[in-house]
Amino acid sequence: MTAKILIGLDGSEAGDRAVAFAKQLAALIGDCELIALFVIEWSPYSFQTAEENAERHKRREAEIAAAEERVINPAIDALKAEGFAVRGLVKHGHVADLLNSTAVSEGASQIVVARSGERGLASRVFGTSTAHLAMTSEVPVTIVG
Amino acid sequence: MKKSIFKGLTLLPFTAAPALAQEGGSIDQAVNAAFATATGPFVSFIFAPIPGTSFPWIVMWLVIAASVFTLYFGFIQIRGFRHSIQLVKGDYSDPEDAGEVSHFQALATALSGTVGLGNIAGVAVAVGIGGPGATFWMILAGLLGMASKFTECTLGVKYRNEYPDGTVSGGPMYYLSKGFRERGLPGGKVLAFLFSVFCILGALGGGNMFQANQAHAQISGIVGDFPGWITGIVFAVIVFAVIVGGIKSIANVTEKVVPFMGILYVLTALVILIMNFDKIGWAFGQIFEGAFTGLGVAGGIVGALIQGFKRAAFSNEAGVGSAAIAHSAVRTKEPITEGLVSLLEPLIDTVIICTMTALVITISGLLIMDPATGNFVLDGSTIKTVGDVSGVSLTSAAFAEGFSWFPYILAIAVILFAFSTMISWSYYGLKAWTYLFGEGKTTEVIFKVIFCVFIVIGAAASLGPVIDFSDAAIFAMAVVNITGLYFLMPIVRKELGSYMERLKSGEIRRFKH
Repeated sequence: MTAKILIGLDGSEAGDRAVAFAKQLAALIGDCELIALFVIEWSPYSFQTAEENAERHKRREAEIAAAEERVINPAIDALKAEGFAVRGLVKHGHVADLLNSTAVSEGASQIVVARSGERGLASRVFGTSTAHLAMTSEVPVTIVG
Repeated sequence: MKKSIFKGLTLLPFTAAPALAQEGGSIDQAVNAAFATATGPFVSFIFAPIPGTSFPWIVMWLVIAASVFTLYFGFIQIRGFRHSIQLVKGDYSDPEDAGEVSHFQALATALSGTVGLGNIAGVAVAVGIGGPGATFWMILAGLLGMASKFTECTLGVKYRNEYPDGTVSGGPMYYLSKGFRERGLPGGKVLAFLFSVFCILGALGGGNMFQANQAHAQISGIVGDFPGWITGIVFAVIVFAVIVGGIKSIANVTEKVVPFMGILYVLTALVILIMNFDKIGWAFGQIFEGAFTGLGVAGGIVGALIQGFKRAAFSNEAGVGSAAIAHSAVRTKEPITEGLVSLLEPLIDTVIICTMTALVITISGLLIMDPATGNFVLDGSTIKTVGDVSGVSLTSAAFAEGFSWFPYILAIAVILFAFSTMISWSYYGLKAWTYLFGEGKTTEVIFKVIFCVFIVIGAAASLGPVIDFSDAAIFAMAVVNITGLYFLMPIVRKELGSYMERLKSGEIRRFKH
């Protein structure tokens, strides 16, 4: 049975660290598929103008295309070139919730993310995405420092 | 035909010019006089009474329509209520559609266009003329209006235009033309055309001038009297920056602050009601007694009823068709779901928020009553108030009885509500405008400039002619929209039947989030 590892990417250097660690794990496991996930932060309870609503579908498509082009595809291409089995996903929603639900639905045995160094008042009050993931995940999580 | 209407609408704001020169008085007075003259015949027609009575035919039109839809859809506002809450919560939203417009967002956007001055100033006008009894009829109109909203918003989603670039345009003009064609009925395009014309007038009236006018009243109530055109120009410049200049950050900030102000408004009203707990029973007594006796208001029971129904319709816009434009952007394969969600709008807007305002005004004791007769003391056709206040000033004074600092918060709320309603209505008006004149940068900019000119006129004109024109323009939309809804309601019933059946069988399932 192929093991699956879900990697959280955010387009920053932190994502590169997560990928590097996931590669080490995959190499050790052998028969392992990597799934790279990029989450576009979005809430169904945010407020928008009528004009924004009318253009939302178009913008969603543009956001997905941009995420694939700038983050997911380069990561997948690099991993494939190194001989890893890899797939990419782009989703809208809450980062921690989606990493968890995707890991569950994909049957991943582990989630690998990196500490992104979120700062500011919001992260102090509400905690960071990685902290939230560590607290709520139903799948083992590795947080790369 | 398109050209002459275009020319007429373009010239409308400038018909004030000769009057301006003749009057020689202040700009405000000149604009006001010219405005009252220009809109008088239109207003008179819309509010003409049913022959032999004092009951405006348009109010009867709305009440009958809301009652017909309530019965035709088997009290959908009651039997669909629980499911509409589940839909707003996202229980039936496919996770694969995350990132698209959610039911909550479509509802919130539509609400930001309706919750505003209608709930603050409009209710004060209703209670100031029709007494507390107007509140009863307002609540009833709100409850019945839920069915009208359900009908129009379902059709709005079903017949919207989806363009290849992924943008959508919807609203009565689309369902009237497409729906009539689908049913093989003639006249759909004529109705769509008429609706668009009235929608443009409604956008310039209730969605613009009424807002500017009441925002000015609130600001001058705090900083002292000053010419309305100054407020108008400031507002016009900001709105222009957003809708023409594309400075979205202003709109984004407003969209986030407005819901907060709405919640703050309701919470403050609740606190005032709790502080006056002993008077709530009496206030409801006044509402019920006034609803069936009039308590001496001008026109008696009918006067209270007319005011209640009029202001409810103006506030929640049920049957008007504007919400169908806002709701049509939602991502759903089932148009009926958006209809169900939209029926919460009149409930939140009228039954909850308007009632709060009415209760606070009633318990404030600002409406002067003759202790000997128990009836209200009249000043012409309106109830005499302490401090001689009316409209938004009456609401402000009533809230100040509970919290002296509240007028300052209310002033900010009024300005933000006015601004957000203007932004919403500029979009509704624009959609009607582009339906008539076609999509294109130049046509869009022409409408947006006219919209900004009307902000200045609205802020400068006195309350009477502005409110009358606002009402008339919005109700004219309802005449066309409801006519179309009568012909299209079988389509909605078919959709509803099919949806409910699939919901019951489990074919439409809840998603685990």
